[in-house]
Amino acid sequence: MFSTLIDQFWSLTLSGIALGFIYVLISLGYTMVYGVLRMINFANSEIFMFGTFATIIISRDFLGNVDGSKSLPLPKLILTITLCLVGSMIVSGLVSVFVEFVAYRRLRARGTNKLATLISAIGISIVLSEFMRIITNSRPTLNPRVLEKKSLFEIAGASFRIDTVMTIIFAAVLFLVLDRFVKYSRLGRAIRAVSMNEDAAKLMGVDLNKVISATFLIGGLMSGAAAFFYTLTYENTKFNVGFTLGLAAFTAAVIGGIGNIRGAFFGGLSLGLVEVYASSILGTEWKSVTVFIILVLVLVLKPNGVFGEAVQQTRA
Amino acid sequence: MKLLKTLQNGNLRDWGAEYWEKSSPSKRKAIATSLVAIAALAPFMGLGVLDTPISDYGAVLVYPVGMFILMALGLNIVVGKSGLLDLGYVAFFAIGAYTMAILGTRTSLNTWEIMPIGIALAMLAGLILGLPALRLRGDYLAIVTLGFGEIVRISALNTREIGGPNGIANVPTPPSIGPIEFSLNDQKAYFWVVLIMILLTIWMIRRLSVRRAGRAWEAIRQDEDVAELMGVHTLKYKLWSFSLGAAVGGAAGVLYASKTLFIAPEMFTLNVSILILACVVFGGMGNIWGVVLGAAILAYLPERIRFISDARLLVFGLALVITMNFRPDGLLPRKKREKALVNAPKESVK
Repeated sequence: MFSTLIDQFWSLTLSGIALGFIYVLISLGYTMVYGVLRMINFANSEIFMFGTFATIIISRDFLGNVDGSKSLPLPKLILTITLCLVGSMIVSGLVSVFVEFVAYRRLRARGTNKLATLISAIGISIVLSEFMRIITNSRPTLNPRVLEKKSLFEIAGASFRIDTVMTIIFAAVLFLVLDRFVKYSRLGRAIRAVSMNEDAAKLMGVDLNKVISATFLIGGLMSGAAAFFYTLTYENTKFNVGFTLGLAAFTAAVIGGIGNIRGAFFGGLSLGLVEVYASSILGTEWKSVTVFIILVLVLVLKPNGVFGEAVQQTRA
Repeated sequence: MKLLKTLQNGNLRDWGAEYWEKSSPSKRKAIATSLVAIAALAPFMGLGVLDTPISDYGAVLVYPVGMFILMALGLNIVVGKSGLLDLGYVAFFAIGAYTMAILGTRTSLNTWEIMPIGIALAMLAGLILGLPALRLRGDYLAIVTLGFGEIVRISALNTREIGGPNGIANVPTPPSIGPIEFSLNDQKAYFWVVLIMILLTIWMIRRLSVRRAGRAWEAIRQDEDVAELMGVHTLKYKLWSFSLGAAVGGAAGVLYASKTLFIAPEMFTLNVSILILACVVFGGMGNIWGVVLGAAILAYLPERIRFISDARLLVFGLALVITMNFRPDGLLPRKKREKALVNAPKESVK
């Protein structure tokens, strides 16, 4: 039972970290929105899903990378990766802004209770995923291989594949940029102000609607980046791809203390590792069950997350 | 524009409630009896216009219309009455259905004997889920219940002993009661059973609504903190609401398994929870007649119109968004006096 875990510990750890970084990026979408609205953005998983499709469409249809068997020349490879990453981020960002506009804005203006907004968000999430299901006929969509998954080097039996390394480096950079942005930029300060005290921020001249839209946009951009790395690694997607990933990312956000950007980093990485270890022990079919049980345990035992104390100060 | 306004503000529900309150007890009895009689005779009325492309209307009245109404009424106790968003309602339905399938194929118990067991197990599951989950608020509760629904489905999928992905076939039909036989060709008997279960549920909700439990739920829905301060044992009443909802879901599950004769984990996805939630929200949260109407419409239309049946969930998702944005109280809103506080301006609450 534990033999796989012990034999392949380092290689499991590495893939856990790569998965963890994808979770970090998606959970930033949940955490940012939660920070300003105090609401779970149920449509975040669909925002991610649109990003995966954007990546495939750009790579396969616009750039014509149909034949996955031979490797791309370097300039085209760089072009593909840049365009896919940026395109996926933009598409997810726009979908995210659209979600806010359709499902949240009107209800917020009227000041209805939380239940109504929650139901509206679930509704839009269903609409988005069903829309994609009907278009794709419920079939998974393959992404022809763009990046040959060469092993760069090997440490203690863990082979550092190029896609794994790229995911880890790019995601870490994106996270750092976001962290700095929220801390020092004007918009970032406005976002933090709204999350600390909405009314006071409004009195200080912060344009609430603009800040909330911007928050959704940033959350969407991060989920879009996650979608790109996911597609690069797993090379296929489906209309319901966001469901399990979204729930795992939400769990990650809760572990770190939802609303807390650095908490999302910690939560994403630890959940990625735990999930990979648990799958090697229990088998992958119990993966999502493990995630849910972790979620319930954290919510019941430590509802503010591991960084619960610091949440008030560092809230996104 | 003016039409839209009247539609938004129009309140058929208040008109109906007023009429009911003005009527004398004997008149009320007459109204109730005739409504039940009309419903019970529905399969004989030859409403051929209601036939759908794939089945005659007698079958449609049982599933999905009747079953949806029953489950929506059960979920309404949780979502509408106490304001707790439960996205894992399908779990209780699944537990009821699996109880029926397992006991029905392996023991000599019949449907009527299994029914109480299924209800009890669903209630127990409601308690097990509710004890940790109901301490959480709003959106956390929603996501934990959603997770619970998935856990039940995945566990059924991964457990060989109960068929795994293949499910369980050859579930027995209910034994005949006197001359009334249960068969797939003639579903009148099923319809009457569903109708009786719906009436029992309505009766239970109406009785509880005017008693301590109903008042406690109402208080919890409007403001949980205030309710707690006023001495309402919130966790206890939330658990009650949860397990009563679960009981109705479990009962629906037992009957469903005994009707379709075959069940598999894929029948119990999150989509079912969403469909039932859409019925409750579209019809009018917290109002029995609204929920019945909403469930009847949302269950029937996709059966009738092929285009919608392919995009059923899309339509239901749209129904959720549109209802919440333009008519948050649903088709038939709850009584005005129950509504007052929720719609009060935010400032006064702060």
